[in-house]
Amino acid sequence: MNGTLLARTGTNVLAYGSTIVFLIPVYVLINLAFRPVDDLTTPLIPTTRPTVDNFVTAWTTSALPSAILTSVVVTTLSCLLVIVLATMAAYPLARSTSRLSTTTFYVFLIGLLLPFQLALLPLYFQMRDLGLLGTIWSLVVVYGGVHMPFCVFLITTFLRTSIPLEYEEAARIDGCSDARAFWHVVVPLLRPVIGTAIILTGVGIWNDFFTPLLYLSGSSQLTIPMAIFQYVGQYVNNWPVIFASLIISMIPILTLYLIFQRYVIQGFAGGLKG
Amino acid sequence: MTVPVTGDAARVRAVTAPRRRRVRSVGRSLWWFVVPGAAFYLFVVLSPSLQGAYYAFTDWKFGEPAVFNGFDNFANVFQNEAGPGAIRTLLIAGVTVVAQNVLGLGLALLLSAKVLGRNVLRTIIFAPMVVSSLVVGYLFKYIFGPTDIGAIDLVLKSFGLPQIDFLGDPTWALSIIIITIIWQFTGSAMVIYLAGLQGVPEELQEAAALDGAGYWQRFWFVTRPLLAPAFTINLMLGLIGGLKIFDQIFSITAGGPAGETETISTLLYRQFSQYGEYGQAAALALVLAIAVAILSFFQFSFLRRQERKA
Repeated sequence: MNGTLLARTGTNVLAYGSTIVFLIPVYVLINLAFRPVDDLTTPLIPTTRPTVDNFVTAWTTSALPSAILTSVVVTTLSCLLVIVLATMAAYPLARSTSRLSTTTFYVFLIGLLLPFQLALLPLYFQMRDLGLLGTIWSLVVVYGGVHMPFCVFLITTFLRTSIPLEYEEAARIDGCSDARAFWHVVVPLLRPVIGTAIILTGVGIWNDFFTPLLYLSGSSQLTIPMAIFQYVGQYVNNWPVIFASLIISMIPILTLYLIFQRYVIQGFAGGLKG
Repeated sequence: MTVPVTGDAARVRAVTAPRRRRVRSVGRSLWWFVVPGAAFYLFVVLSPSLQGAYYAFTDWKFGEPAVFNGFDNFANVFQNEAGPGAIRTLLIAGVTVVAQNVLGLGLALLLSAKVLGRNVLRTIIFAPMVVSSLVVGYLFKYIFGPTDIGAIDLVLKSFGLPQIDFLGDPTWALSIIIITIIWQFTGSAMVIYLAGLQGVPEELQEAAALDGAGYWQRFWFVTRPLLAPAFTINLMLGLIGGLKIFDQIFSITAGGPAGETETISTLLYRQFSQYGEYGQAAALALVLAIAVAILSFFQFSFLRRQERKA
């Protein structure tokens, strides 16, 4: 019995020990953000004069307030677009066994292999010609397309493996049209996979820096990573203020993460498997 | 674009493949549902990617038309900075993948044991995964910042030890980028291993324990084989992510010192935005695309095989 007790204590110590080591950077981040700018003691020692001045400075002098709004709008619109279109597309792809349907599905899968960098240049000029450069619409269109293959793949696979045809057949026998059967029978059953798709694409879009760096540069509409990038360039080496801005930028996504942590972790573990 | 098969074709199909008929009858009037999604995909991904692949073989520059020039871009770019850049990209991808898997598996084993409040610990360790890589990059840029400013240097100073100019030294700078990536993405590897560990039946472990197998023997002969899919997924995700790495380098070193931490993605961005060398940027993108495609293909075919076995 003593042996298991020892092993259990050892496991606990090791688990908490690794978590503490893991949290050191976070501690430095928080400690520095609450420190007066003129406090130059070692960043590992908690500050003796905590202040929220850095947060006030960061909030009032950075583009973060409007950038948070922009990020919310861009992420919501893009997710909505991808999820609606991918769910629609997945239905005939999963249910039809015609050769054209299987081919279309495989063409979508090619998109999973292509890194965004390849499409980047031609797409940039395409956006310029459409007059969308510098507007959030360029981002919505780009995200809409870039995340489409993954969501189509995820939802089609789920439809094929987890939703038996009998539900739709029953609805048909009861006199339901195909469209109504889709909307009232199939879509509600898709809720788990749609949740996973929203989490994975949403987090990806929210944090993406490369796309706005190209498509929004020079514009006044910034997403959060762009606002942080600009702010760091502006406040070089004023780390307490920069760190306050970093914390502000993380609050929205971390709050959502903590509320939905079980689903987020499950979504990542399940969704990334493909 | 699943045009419904009608008329003779449908009748022939119905005779030759009677099992399929029933399936096709459900929802077949909704074939057009695929059109909007496919249109977006075509316009944003497929067509620009094909054009991008073509431009890789042209001397397209800012303000100049694109003329076909064969493999000149590849020769040009790889003889200059992209050669070392490509090797560096592979190095970053390789080292981060190994470290993430070792640490991720270790943490998964720890946090699947009976640890007090293990869900809280899992939540904490996974958290960096949902935060922007750019933000994490800036955090580590300060921690390993210049002498008399960076957190580590200030700690060294307070102990009277010599300070190190981490980001001014190429080897250190590259190591710090790698450390940052590992810190952020170990949680992701852990979570995938945890999901894999859930699939290991309790009875198997107990049976092995009854037969006298110790902890490590049980891990090696019972758990490890069942974790093979999780391992492959982590390997591929890590390698693909590592090859595309951009945000962390952009925020921590911006490719410096003296271009010693440039990777394919940062060079590509520079060729495009600073030099207007579109053809050369496209060549870099194509090389990246081929590397990523090969890895993704391996991952996909492996998972398909797993699925069929299951």
